[in-house]
Amino acid sequence: MNSETRPDAALVGRGNREGARLFREWFEVLTQAAEQGRGGAYVFVMGSLGELLRTFDLPLVFPEINSLQTAVRHVAHEYLNEAEDHGYSPDICGYVKADVATQMRSGVLPMGRIPKPAIAICTNACNTYIKWGEIWERMYGVPIVTLDVPGNRSAASRSGPGEPEFETDRRYVAAQIKEIIPLLERVSGVKFDIDRLRENMAHANTMNRCWKRVLELNRTRPAPFSALSDGTIYLGVANTQRGTAAGAAYFTDLVEEMAYKGREGIGTLSEEKYRLLFVGVPCYPIFRRFAEMFAEGGGTFVNSTYLWFASGGANTGFECRLDDPLEGLAEGLLVGVRDAMDSMFFHTQSLLEMYRDYDADGVIYHPIKSCRTVSTGLADSRRALMAAADVPSLYIESDMMDRRVVSEAQLKNRIDAFFEGLATRRRPPALETGGASQRT
Amino acid sequence: MEAPLNNVASFLAWEGKPIDAILDRCRELVDDPSFPTVRRWREGGGKVLGHFQVYFPEEIAHAAGMLPVKLRGASVEPTHADSRFGSYLCSIVKTTLEIALNGSIQVDLFVTHPICDAARNLAGVWGRNFDFPCEILYLPQNANAAHAPAYLRDEYDRLRRRIEAVAGRAVRADDLRRSIGVFNENRALIRRLYAIKRESPWLLAAEDAYALLAVGGMIPREEHNALLRAALPQVESRPARPQDRFRIVFEGGFCEQPPLDLIQAIGRSCYIVDDDFLIGLRWILEDVPLDGDPLAELARAYIERSSYSPVQHDSRKPKEKMLLQRIERAGARAAVLTAAKMCEPGLEEQVAYTHALDREQIPYFVSEFEENMTSYEHLAIQLETFVENLMFD
Repeated sequence: MNSETRPDAALVGRGNREGARLFREWFEVLTQAAEQGRGGAYVFVMGSLGELLRTFDLPLVFPEINSLQTAVRHVAHEYLNEAEDHGYSPDICGYVKADVATQMRSGVLPMGRIPKPAIAICTNACNTYIKWGEIWERMYGVPIVTLDVPGNRSAASRSGPGEPEFETDRRYVAAQIKEIIPLLERVSGVKFDIDRLRENMAHANTMNRCWKRVLELNRTRPAPFSALSDGTIYLGVANTQRGTAAGAAYFTDLVEEMAYKGREGIGTLSEEKYRLLFVGVPCYPIFRRFAEMFAEGGGTFVNSTYLWFASGGANTGFECRLDDPLEGLAEGLLVGVRDAMDSMFFHTQSLLEMYRDYDADGVIYHPIKSCRTVSTGLADSRRALMAAADVPSLYIESDMMDRRVVSEAQLKNRIDAFFEGLATRRRPPALETGGASQRT
Repeated sequence: MEAPLNNVASFLAWEGKPIDAILDRCRELVDDPSFPTVRRWREGGGKVLGHFQVYFPEEIAHAAGMLPVKLRGASVEPTHADSRFGSYLCSIVKTTLEIALNGSIQVDLFVTHPICDAARNLAGVWGRNFDFPCEILYLPQNANAAHAPAYLRDEYDRLRRRIEAVAGRAVRADDLRRSIGVFNENRALIRRLYAIKRESPWLLAAEDAYALLAVGGMIPREEHNALLRAALPQVESRPARPQDRFRIVFEGGFCEQPPLDLIQAIGRSCYIVDDDFLIGLRWILEDVPLDGDPLAELARAYIERSSYSPVQHDSRKPKEKMLLQRIERAGARAAVLTAAKMCEPGLEEQVAYTHALDREQIPYFVSEFEENMTSYEHLAIQLETFVENLMFD
């Protein structure tokens, strides 16, 4: 029996293969909708309300994902230039600009075509979502709904279900969701069906539960997947298939694959020397090369804050109550989006715990020009982390879209130096430890 | 003068002085990065609530006897703050932290708002650097939700409890009503100041009008009221005559503030007949009712009777339409559209503004500024050329 026919062959890498397939299929649906002149529901990764929107048969368009795909496919600069020619500053979010250019190109993207918006739901998890929605409002005159999900007020005053401050916010979120439903009925021409919502929420519950488990399984040494490269594929499915049976099945299978790889000791690198945590947003203009620069030093990303916030808080594993779907959806949205915001604004303690739980060797901070939401506090958060514990870290700036601010050579130098530092930390003090490898 | 709650007068240098001297004092105070009025307030035993731009319900802090101070950066080098932030950020988030880190200003409670992606990070950043409480006031971002006023009323109540804990005293409904009364008078006086700008801008230089407004965020509101009560009649009775200057609206000063010298440079060739400088100080457009539940009335005023800015989405107030209204109501002939460097909401709004002004064929001048900029010559020449072109058009 060769490696191609062993029973595990179908299992290993299945998540990436199936993820790519689901992604292609999602885009085919969007292209078809665009060709038919149907409108889509424009949503964002932090609080998409996919469970609800699917009950109205609206194709879900994720402009963030579409924009990052232009960077991964090395054409982002064309889109950015077009938007800048239209008046948008070089100093604003590259995702927004790529989308503006996409709209000016009638939805044409390298992967296909997206429909125009029929409605947009913009949570406040990122303020740019709201400004972005205003652009569509002006372009198309379609309803733009800001779905306001109040976050925790400080690192020290977090509240959860059942606590008075959480419940005040939950009532506000629930009231907003109930206001959106008649609007969705009007836009889609489909009557709201609470049983369909309940079914979609059950799928999302499965997805949340499994996503949490997938992340936990990466505590295994060697790590079964790269939180940076593989994780981004999984995130794509987590967002575009939220609330679908296919999405739930995908993540159920992903748990199986990661558990298998963990048991069998199949890692993402042939030799995992250093286990790293990633904080920030990936460098999509050189996505593959960026990951390679760490892999070349033996570094594997075992987890990231990106896998938390860009999943809209699915990492919490929170499962919504289904007996009262609308109240359950409000509670789940508040828990998830709030967790996503905490992952960006108040993550020092979580990172320390992640560092311990994943037996990590270092933390890579990657603030980017395009995204102030994620990047504003990273330098300070790094200071706090270093003050709290002896954690090796690297702070490198670039961008998620704009290759003009990505210097590969400079990144490479910094990354190499970081690995040299890690190696020095590992090297046993001469003549003192008898050659045993130890961490200081 | 009505005394503020802790009986500390923080800004006395203007009393009994002629208008030119009053305006000198105001400009000096606005430009002073040592915040002497706040220091004097604290030396008198008072507590300070520092709130980041744009809007904050100062009445609640005032009712607790605290001094609400508008934190709007300063013209300082962010020597300490630079290491806490990334490269691609506006200046105000850095310099506001700087003045706290270097001890120029001391506060007992810091509050920021989800006005933009940078500002919402400040509760985390400040919280990691200081021992006093630092938090976000979640002003509703869905202003069109039917539940938003009720939510905001509850959020204000949460803030009231937090303030009570810091101030060490209870805030009763009557305390709030008294404070709302003080702020209602302040809003009326600021409306009068802006009426002067609109109707007889030759009476008050642009930088002086700005300074008269801006000191309001740095001193007890009772003092600001007394100052305006004394200054405005003197301004109104000045013998100055109109000059041949272009009437413009300045847009882009809602958060980070342009330096006084830049405002002065614009004022040399234009009359700034309306603007959005420190718009939070005049966010609420009318008196807040004194009967009923004060927190509910403050919440309703924020949502229902308020101005506009790039950091609030409200489908009833499309920003470009609001700008056109502002231009029309002020009788302006052009707009100066600015944005602070790296200010994402401001830069995004510039696109909508320019397109709307193009459609209406209203001339505009686009620029960026930074609070720490020191050279205005280039901008002044460009602006003069813009104005000359319009005059001879």
